Amino acid sequence: MLMETPDETLALAAASGDSAAFAALVTRHYDRIFALGWRLTGSKAEAEDLAQDICAALPHRLRGWRAEARFTTWLYRVVVNAAHDARRRAAVRNRAADGWGDWEIARQESMAQDRAAQDWLSESMGRLPPELRDTVALVLGEDMTQAEAGAVLGLSEGTIAWRMSEVKKRLRAMAAEEAQA
Amino acid sequence: MTRDPELDRLKAALKAAPASSPTARAAALARAMEAYEDSALSRQGPTPPLRSGPDHPVKAGLAKGLTRLLSVFTLKPMLAATTSVAALAVGLFVVLPQGEAPPARRSAPPVAEPMTATGAEAPLARRAPEAAQGGAQGITTQGAEAAPMAAQAPMAAPAPLPGAKAPAAAAPGAPEAAPLTSRSAPLGDLAPEAPLADTSAMDTAAPEGMAASDSAAEVFANSANARVQSVAEAPVSAFPVDVDTASYARLRDSLIAGALPPPEAVRIAEMVNYFPYAYPAPEVGAPPFRPSVSVIPTPWNAETRLVHIALQGRLPEVAARPPLNLVFLIDTSDSMDDPAKLPLLRQALALMLPDLRPEDQVAIVTYAGSSGAVLAPTPASDRGTILSALNRLDVGGATNGAEGLALAYRLAEGMTAKGEVSRVLLATDGDFNLGVDDPEGLAAYVARKRAAGVALSVLGFGRDTRDDATMQALAQSGNGTATTIDTLQEARKVLVDQLSGALFPIADDVKVDVEWNPSQVAEYRLIGYETRAPQGADVNGGVDAGEIGAGHAVTALYEVTAPGSPALVNTPLPSAPAQATTAETAQNTAQAPAQDTAELGVLRLRYKAPRESVSALIEAPIQAQDVPADLLPEVRFAAAIAGFGQLLRGAPDLGNWGWDQAIRLAEANRGADPFGYRLEAVSLMRLAQSLAQQTPPAAPAP
Repeated sequence: MLMETPDETLALAAASGDSAAFAALVTRHYDRIFALGWRLTGSKAEAEDLAQDICAALPHRLRGWRAEARFTTWLYRVVVNAAHDARRRAAVRNRAADGWGDWEIARQESMAQDRAAQDWLSESMGRLPPELRDTVALVLGEDMTQAEAGAVLGLSEGTIAWRMSEVKKRLRAMAAEEAQA
Repeated sequence: MTRDPELDRLKAALKAAPASSPTARAAALARAMEAYEDSALSRQGPTPPLRSGPDHPVKAGLAKGLTRLLSVFTLKPMLAATTSVAALAVGLFVVLPQGEAPPARRSAPPVAEPMTATGAEAPLARRAPEAAQGGAQGITTQGAEAAPMAAQAPMAAPAPLPGAKAPAAAAPGAPEAAPLTSRSAPLGDLAPEAPLADTSAMDTAAPEGMAASDSAAEVFANSANARVQSVAEAPVSAFPVDVDTASYARLRDSLIAGALPPPEAVRIAEMVNYFPYAYPAPEVGAPPFRPSVSVIPTPWNAETRLVHIALQGRLPEVAARPPLNLVFLIDTSDSMDDPAKLPLLRQALALMLPDLRPEDQVAIVTYAGSSGAVLAPTPASDRGTILSALNRLDVGGATNGAEGLALAYRLAEGMTAKGEVSRVLLATDGDFNLGVDDPEGLAAYVARKRAAGVALSVLGFGRDTRDDATMQALAQSGNGTATTIDTLQEARKVLVDQLSGALFPIADDVKVDVEWNPSQVAEYRLIGYETRAPQGADVNGGVDAGEIGAGHAVTALYEVTAPGSPALVNTPLPSAPAQATTAETAQNTAQAPAQDTAELGVLRLRYKAPRESVSALIEAPIQAQDVPADLLPEVRFAAAIAGFGQLLRGAPDLGNWGWDQAIRLAEANRGADPFGYRLEAVSLMRLAQSLAQQTPPAAPAP
């Protein structure tokens, strides 16, 4: 029976120069980074790019890791912030863009494929403002408690609770519209 | 899981994340390793050799940090950790080139003691100690308390290691600062977390709907610094576009009756938005409403600035407006038998009639005892019939709202032809027992009707029995406003002056937010919402999308504090992340040419044209520049009213600025004031001043 080294240990080791520990760490977490990226952007291509950027930046980032937070919490925060950055950059490029995943114009095509498969999801996520999307991705997509999501987003638990209730309200309204249609 | 089918559905959809593609995964991992080799980390010291078999765990395989960490461990976790190092080492031996023939320094005894696994590889550390959120930044690998590891070491198969990638040396040029890092984390990541102090006590359950949102607001109210938001923590602030004005009428009522209103009843945003302002209107062909952003020195604080944001809806094109169908749903229960209620309503409606056009239709439904239509849909030109129906209105019986509401909607739906605008106007003194048990259910009903095309506005009459919260919740769901009518003058304002505004949407689903530029603004306060979130909103993010009617204007005031100002309320940020953020923002806003004209932020408005589903975006920079001469009095008057409200609330932000200054500011900026609203405000301020001098100072509102 073999034990898995805790993330925190690996991260500390990686931060102090142990490349094997680093390799183990990114390998272990790649899928998680990718999945959250997908939940945040709604596009597989975007998520892959995002995950790659994050992986490449991780060594640099790790210097900022102090073992004061859970590694996964920290990592989720890195992913969310990277997604924000990407959104902002895209927003600068295309000020009028507004939509789940819309922000990467160059990838409209592959996104269209993503969307066809995920129509309802796209539609619902697309109608939520970005900060609600982030919250939903963490709370529903990653099964976090509101406290955990708050820790990742740097917000109070209460704010997450607010956001989730807002999400519920909006989903209900969308469902009502759907029923009307 | 949840009891919410929509949430469950969304959850299931989100869970179905596509599998990552093996190619992308391999590429990403390879890049990670390249970056690692190139980074300062890998040069911190020689990587100690790693190697061993399952029964030869490496002891000193990991570098300093780990050793230090291990040294504080008690025996059991240490053994466990050592074992896992062994597991790791096994994998490494297989795949890593640098794993070649490293001498194991010493073999350790095999580890017995299997740990009890707590759910293999919990994806996220549940119950992660909140205290551990101390600002994850800086280069510190030491001082790592045992905390993170001590908890639980999940048992699982060893992580698969990257297939023989990881070329040690010849990593092709990935620069040390990999792409992502240079523009890293403008917002939360590097900034020290400053968890809102008191909100942790809040129930983790998401508040359900409106009722709960009030209690949540209470919780925010107790939080010492919640009223001032730090830009690092919440760079985006939203404000609602459909602001009710009921609070102003209520405080006027109270002041005229000789008493200061209770501080918690004073809603500054409602006061500010009570007044008509001469804001520049949209040009023909431009979007249906126009933002004006002004920055002035804060009257009550030399260290801060006041950002005044105005949205002016296109003025009604009276000639071209669509026909209008109005159904008045009138509460005729016993409590309405008061000169300030039913008779006032009667007069108010009579006042409004001349402003309707022949093709408009009016119907009246009462609810009390038995509800019924007292006036079938009637063309507005048939003034006699409508007036006599109004005069027949009589009070009697208990409220029977359910039928009345359903009937009103039925009539309204029947009256609506293509291109017409229909609205139910609920006139009541606050007994909203409309037959739906829970307010949320009622609000949902109203929201469904709104989606189907019939909006609802609430006209509140009388003073004591008004259930303010329900009134606002209903109006909000019905895409209308809640107003209080207590004088004939008020009736004129609500029904006549603003008839066109409230009744003809020119933009739907309007969402407004401000994103602050952290290099210019460190803290902000949305005046009027310090102790409660904007309706249906969380303090940082989403606000209920609202409707903007023709001629409708919205005013929002932010008091903003620059970085480094002595007026900062929250702990100042360490400078390093602030600078990173600054560079980031300057890069991103891309339109901030020079420092002195730097943007304080960006105002963003999203809206849909009525009955359209595509939303449009307007953006306006918030810049400190000279305010046009014709706009300045409007901005200053709004500031004076905000000051008035804060004085009434006993708010702590005013320093030495008091009644005299507020009155002078208001009086100097009365403008044309054709209906005397501003003049009235000045006399109310004088009245309040003398009342305040008689009464001991009010305790600050919670």
